[in-house]
Amino acid sequence: MDIISNLAMGFSIALSPWTLMLAIIGCFVGTIIGALPGLGPSNGVALLIPISFSMGLDAISALVLLTSVYYGAMYGGRISSILLNIPGDEPAMMTCLDGYPMAKRGFASDALVISGVASFVGAFLATIGLMLLAPLLARVAFQFGPAEYFALYMLAFCTLGGIGSNNQAKAALAAALGLAIAMVGMDKTTGMPRFTFGELHLMDGVDFLVAIVGLFAVAEVFHFIETHGRDSAIGVKLGKITVNWAKMWSTRWAMLRGSGIGFLAGILPGAGASLGSFLAYMTEKSVSRDKATFGTGNPRGVAAPEAGNNAAAGGALIPMLTLGVPGSGTTAVLLALLLTLNITPGPLLFTERPEVVWGLIAALLIANVVLLLMNVPMVKVFVHILSVPSWILLPGVTMVAFVGIFSLTGSSFDMLLMVGFGVMGWVFRKLDIPTVPVILGILLGNSMEDNLRRAMVLSDGDWTYLFSSPISIGLWLAALLGFVAPIFLRAVLKKPALPATDDMSSD
Amino acid sequence: MKTTLRALGFGAFGLMMASTSAMATECIAPANPGGGWDFTCRQVARIMQEIGAIDAPMVVTNMAGAGGGVAYSHVVTERNEDPDLIVAASSATTTRLAQNAFAGATADQVRFLGAIGGDPGVIVVAKDSPLKNLQDMVDAIKADPGSVAFAGGSAVGGFDHMKPLQIMKAAGFDDITKIKYIGVDGGADAITQTVGGFTQAMTGDMSEIVGFIKSGDVRPLAILTEERVPGFEDIPTAREQGFDVVAVNWRGLYVPKGISDDQYNAWAAKLQQVAESDQWKQVMTENGLAPFIKVGGDFQGWVDGVIAETVTLSKEIGVIQ
Repeated sequence: MDIISNLAMGFSIALSPWTLMLAIIGCFVGTIIGALPGLGPSNGVALLIPISFSMGLDAISALVLLTSVYYGAMYGGRISSILLNIPGDEPAMMTCLDGYPMAKRGFASDALVISGVASFVGAFLATIGLMLLAPLLARVAFQFGPAEYFALYMLAFCTLGGIGSNNQAKAALAAALGLAIAMVGMDKTTGMPRFTFGELHLMDGVDFLVAIVGLFAVAEVFHFIETHGRDSAIGVKLGKITVNWAKMWSTRWAMLRGSGIGFLAGILPGAGASLGSFLAYMTEKSVSRDKATFGTGNPRGVAAPEAGNNAAAGGALIPMLTLGVPGSGTTAVLLALLLTLNITPGPLLFTERPEVVWGLIAALLIANVVLLLMNVPMVKVFVHILSVPSWILLPGVTMVAFVGIFSLTGSSFDMLLMVGFGVMGWVFRKLDIPTVPVILGILLGNSMEDNLRRAMVLSDGDWTYLFSSPISIGLWLAALLGFVAPIFLRAVLKKPALPATDDMSSD
Repeated sequence: MKTTLRALGFGAFGLMMASTSAMATECIAPANPGGGWDFTCRQVARIMQEIGAIDAPMVVTNMAGAGGGVAYSHVVTERNEDPDLIVAASSATTTRLAQNAFAGATADQVRFLGAIGGDPGVIVVAKDSPLKNLQDMVDAIKADPGSVAFAGGSAVGGFDHMKPLQIMKAAGFDDITKIKYIGVDGGADAITQTVGGFTQAMTGDMSEIVGFIKSGDVRPLAILTEERVPGFEDIPTAREQGFDVVAVNWRGLYVPKGISDDQYNAWAAKLQQVAESDQWKQVMTENGLAPFIKVGGDFQGWVDGVIAETVTLSKEIGVIQ
């Protein structure tokens, strides 16, 4: 009852024609920001904070506008993943794996609609979870110390095996390379530079956005040049632009599972949306009977990570609001927004400033519905981007990528680095080495190392500390299973699994 | 089709303008949101605009890493002549400069602008901790140095790390390298680790823990000021518990070295306005900050003195050679 009256209060604060208009503008701008490679939800929200203040918006209007941009960017990230094989932001990376093959086979609109609905389901369920369970779930963060976080990252790396290619050795090689790149820069534990070779630009380490845009977008351009446009991103077929509801219905469990996993990953301050979408995808792949079709355009491979990353975005609000600990780059920016409005998130926020919390929740629900209504009809518009001649589209995308990366640091060094990653991506493509593990290594490598070293300090260098709590033991077992199981399962399942499932994904 | 592309192009162009507009002033907070530096930037940005010291809203950028070293090297190498840039600083900045922990960067590579408040150092434990006061903590560490691990928002050897070391030193415990400390991503993170029981105590600043003290999740053992702080009178000082340690984290700003004296003085005047504003006084009371105002040339001189002192102290407690 409390929740309903609180929610009613939230809507009475956050729902007016004016805020609704702000929500629509925010969702639209957010979707575009999310779709542009290099510009993700954190940049979008960060860029709009000063704008919202110069517009003289009050606290609630500013919250509505910026949460709309936040969610909009989370929705938008999938568009370029599916259509161009270039993730708009880092959590959308996993959507490339099946979204782009779907588009290539003429199901671009299906992939867009399924991912749009999956985004809605994930974000909606996460908001409900935030509403019902926030104070309770805030305690979950207290259960995760250095050892537990380290085990969680191990779980992510151990399940990497089947990504992109089916060669575990190649995936491991790529992940190791990513981890190595993550070591470059200032060491957080001691403040000393490592592997910077006296180059001050490397002091900051390698930004994963530089790596993503390089490995995906720039590598795609090289490939395009090499093949004279045949067999490149632009070889996508424009299928019929109708929505296949039956296919979408078949992904319902993938969406629900993805939402659950994403939400849990979001709650943990050290995990975040990228890990959420990654684990959602890997789980979906491991529970399904047609593993082999993942990576070739399985709709569930689109639904799960999209539901996962949007649910994680919602879940990440919990530690941010209740502890003041941001669970992802974007919640860090939203936290900054609240602080600027003189609202200090912390354990007392829910009781001391209910109007802020429930206003925010109402704003999230509004943004979500607006986005769903906006995205499904807009699929047609997005798909038409593909009819732009590739010799215009690809240079355009490249330009946006350069602008996005330059706006990150204002340094030309990062742009050169991005081109370097492009060359690496092109070589990897020749060698059939997946690039996603490289990015995962860069993304998680530092936190993984920091947590390992913290654990070693706390335990006086005793390695058994890493296996000393039920949570960490559980995570280690899952990691072990994730690493070993595919090796044996592949041998066992190979014959019966493949032919039986081949037709369902290509209907 | 083409219109869509054009719209995309315009979107990108607009963003580019927004992010690189020459007129916008910027405050870099060299840490993640939620910590002390972020707090300084956000409040200064807000108040400067409210009192009309700047026309357009100030952009606040979070640039976390290496206890402020990443932002420091960014300012020194890439923004040395940017007159529209201010950077949040605190005792942690000068401590790390004194210890040569910014990869060879030195304090004379920027100009210190001023401090407008002081954030008292605190030592807190989880509410169910057996440690009831500072003496309990000191006794526990003397009995078994590994039994009390500290979490703080600064890297090893940073300002947060120094606080428990200074207390143990004051208690006559010299084997300070045995004391466990982990540096995490800011005060809120350090509290989470302590409430979760992974570390036994948190060392940080008052402003980082106010919410958690009010909610009862943590219990402060001591505040490291000369006298008790208004608004938090029930927290005893370390000094009255018999450990003569005062560690107040000043909240202030530095600017790039390469700007002109006029530009420096203009910023100093604006900061002075903030320091004297009612808004800032209110912010200080709400967040447990003590008044501590030094702006302009005075401040630069004071900082130089503090750094010299810190070098001596760091050598004494063995953090540097």
